[in-house]
Amino acid sequence: MTDETRRPPVWEVGEDLEARTLPPVTRLQLIKYAGASGDFNPIHTVDEAAEEAGLKGVIAHGMLTLATMGLLFSPYLEHGYVKDFRARFSGMVYVGDVLEVGGRVTGVEETDEGRLYAFDVFSRRGEDDVVATGTVGFLVYGTGAV
Amino acid sequence: MNAIERWRSLVGASSEPVANLIERGAVRRFAEAIGDSSPLYVDETTAKASRYGGLVAPPTFPRTLDYGEIEGMGWPDAGMIHGEHQISYTGRPLLVGEELHCYTKFENYYEKESRSGLLGFIIMERFGDNPGGERRFTMRDVVVVTPALRKMLVA
Repeated sequence: MTDETRRPPVWEVGEDLEARTLPPVTRLQLIKYAGASGDFNPIHTVDEAAEEAGLKGVIAHGMLTLATMGLLFSPYLEHGYVKDFRARFSGMVYVGDVLEVGGRVTGVEETDEGRLYAFDVFSRRGEDDVVATGTVGFLVYGTGAV
Repeated sequence: MNAIERWRSLVGASSEPVANLIERGAVRRFAEAIGDSSPLYVDETTAKASRYGGLVAPPTFPRTLDYGEIEGMGWPDAGMIHGEHQISYTGRPLLVGEELHCYTKFENYYEKESRSGLLGFIIMERFGDNPGGERRFTMRDVVVVTPALRKMLVA
């Protein structure tokens, strides 16, 4: 653990989370996700099925794209958890796509459970090519929680 | 009755709860597939020393659990698009080894005009309760029925 992750995170409203560029989406990753999730819809793994559905190739599971936005919060798990997560899918993700995930703090609220931060999050292929957007509520535990 | 009429008649229906165990291997494979190697998901030693006392599951993991089937739902094989996903937890992430009773509820079906024709929207809720009956998470998914599929279903 780095020094930064050893202490509970403190964010300012308006602050950007450090964006992360993910490795290119691979077919093997889609196969792994199909196996790990039990979602065997062939448009995610089989070219012919994707073409039959009018796609130019296999597309990533929406839930996989969503899960990678969750990566933004994994470094802080020792101090809190993703309490609410909501996302809309707005674009298809194809094999070879390089996605960037990021977010911004939009609010903070003191609750009985601890300090609840609100974030806007996104996953995009480029500046103007957003594939998913969402909101996250990340709860930083107060003293005595869990 | 066509599929759309059947869905309308099923609004409000729920599945029978199914017992699920949050399994270490399943969480590890899931974490690998999403490219998240956080020690709290995969490294037993680090996780044991953490506030959770053991491994936890990533926030989107519960979509992989078994929620049972709503009788008569009859999902089409293709043509549906996952539009939106939402999950809310109570108190902490899911822990490996935790037992949950999961079920699903068909919350709503409605249609909206779009440029390409009538779109159908299926709203499904999914729940995970611990054996004591306390809610651990609530999930809500919006599934879009494309105009082409909708036409086939009402034919």
